[in-house]
Amino acid sequence: MKKQIQLLSLTVFAFCMNVLAQENAGLKLPEGFKASLYANNIGGARHIAITKAGIVFAKLNNPNKEGNSIVRLEDTNNDGVADKVNGWAKYGGTGIFVKGNSLYASSNEAIFKYELNSKDEVVNPLTPQTIVSGLIDRRQHNSKSITFDKGNNIYVNIGAYSNACQEKDRMPGSQGMMPCPILDSAGGVWKFDGTKENQTYKDGKRYATGLRNVIGLDWNTETNQLYVTQHGRDQLNSFYPNLYTDAQNAELPAETFYAMNEGDNAGWPYVYYDPIQKKKIVSPEYGGDSKKEGSSEFKDPAVAFPAHMAPMAVLFYTGNQFPAKYKNGAFISFHGSWNRAPLPQEGFFVAFVPFKEGKATGEWEIFANGFAGTENGAKVTNTGKAKARPCGLAQGPDGSIYVSDDTKGAIFKISYNK
Amino acid sequence: MANVSIQFLIKLVVSTFFFLIAVAANAQNTINGKKIYETRCLVCHQSDGGGVPNMNPPLDGASNVNGKDIARLVKIIRNGYDERIALDGMYYNNAMTANPDLKEDAIADVLTYIRTSWSNKAGVVTTNQVKAALVKNKAAKK
Repeated sequence: MKKQIQLLSLTVFAFCMNVLAQENAGLKLPEGFKASLYANNIGGARHIAITKAGIVFAKLNNPNKEGNSIVRLEDTNNDGVADKVNGWAKYGGTGIFVKGNSLYASSNEAIFKYELNSKDEVVNPLTPQTIVSGLIDRRQHNSKSITFDKGNNIYVNIGAYSNACQEKDRMPGSQGMMPCPILDSAGGVWKFDGTKENQTYKDGKRYATGLRNVIGLDWNTETNQLYVTQHGRDQLNSFYPNLYTDAQNAELPAETFYAMNEGDNAGWPYVYYDPIQKKKIVSPEYGGDSKKEGSSEFKDPAVAFPAHMAPMAVLFYTGNQFPAKYKNGAFISFHGSWNRAPLPQEGFFVAFVPFKEGKATGEWEIFANGFAGTENGAKVTNTGKAKARPCGLAQGPDGSIYVSDDTKGAIFKISYNK
Repeated sequence: MANVSIQFLIKLVVSTFFFLIAVAANAQNTINGKKIYETRCLVCHQSDGGGVPNMNPPLDGASNVNGKDIARLVKIIRNGYDERIALDGMYYNNAMTANPDLKEDAIADVLTYIRTSWSNKAGVVTTNQVKAALVKNKAAKK
């Protein structure tokens, strides 16, 4: 009998621990916020977009086990968990955006446009319009993330298919090419007409350049400006061990958040941003010695984040559900690093960047953490072990925000209730 | 009957002999192989050989790493790799740096470390195997 009671209390204890562990879908959030696991195992979900009626669309990296690479999710009973899930499309990719009654999605070389009916169902899953095609995809940094300004212009990231524009990519001792020929067709953000079919490079315009790989971009409607995050270059210590230690490489260069106006240049591959010296430093492939300061013609970041954390999405918060400090500030998702090894990895969280009078204050804080699912919030040592990696961000009509994960494909819904 | 047990004994002695040689060689190789792994491979393939999803393929448990095609593994280490790779149902995009300066015995050491670490049990790669692989790869190029 005594044994049975022991066993029972053990079971009850285990059950409570399990419930506790699953509270807020395992996320750590500021006080007053709660989270639910809106969806799980839908396939690696890159960016997400939400309609005015709260229908969630997720763009998958590759087709999932059902063979679909765009997934439509609906929470019909409003319990914070999607209960109606279906999908279509065969092409992997990252970008997705809802604009009026249209849904835009990108492969790694093209942008397609679908029409939505009054129930936010896609009318033409097999016959989308091709808005842009022929964008460079050389595997490395090939995500084509997209956003719109207040009008009909679509902005697309075309990442540089290179680490630092060396003659031979990622080859120790190979010099940087001068000028970097990649910048003609990649390493920046291009602008196209979101309503016009069959465009290619010649119909678009290089809007901002010197950006190695932007995956996160969003239009700040308050200041009417494009904001982007850049993935900084890798492997300073691997290629220049005489200039950089493992510990320095773990902190260099910063992951950067920029306000980009038309024609701006963030300086890749010629410079990188050093968050400790708070300066743009000439890249070693271009004669830098880890101290030589870069040209002032290149843009300074609005915020500099720790190195290698991989910012994946930017979301300016325009809702009314969250406390006032969040209004018009930016959420940024961080995928989590790999190039800090052999030091522990960082990232795997969603950060919040406060804005005052249309400008980033320069401060930032961790908003949602715990995606990696490590025990007691321990640091991730090996990136492949992270249970979830934050990727897409979107705001629901009620002011909740959604965070997607591109490992197995979870979507978390985060809400505030005092 | 006596014949059978003598045969068995000889087999046992011979196999023990080779087993001990293999163990000794393995111990030697993996120490140097680990060093090479840490300086050249770890940053992308990670300390647990798990790689980075979508970017750098895992080595731990990977079918090709544990497979029979040593020549291909040698070729990738020497020349690097610049194609999208499909491996065990997943895709990986990053380019791998070439290691033209790695000598045959060093390639054997690092491959031995990789093929006997984590959950991998594919076993030792010898310097002779690497030499043969380089000859084979050179012939294939022509």
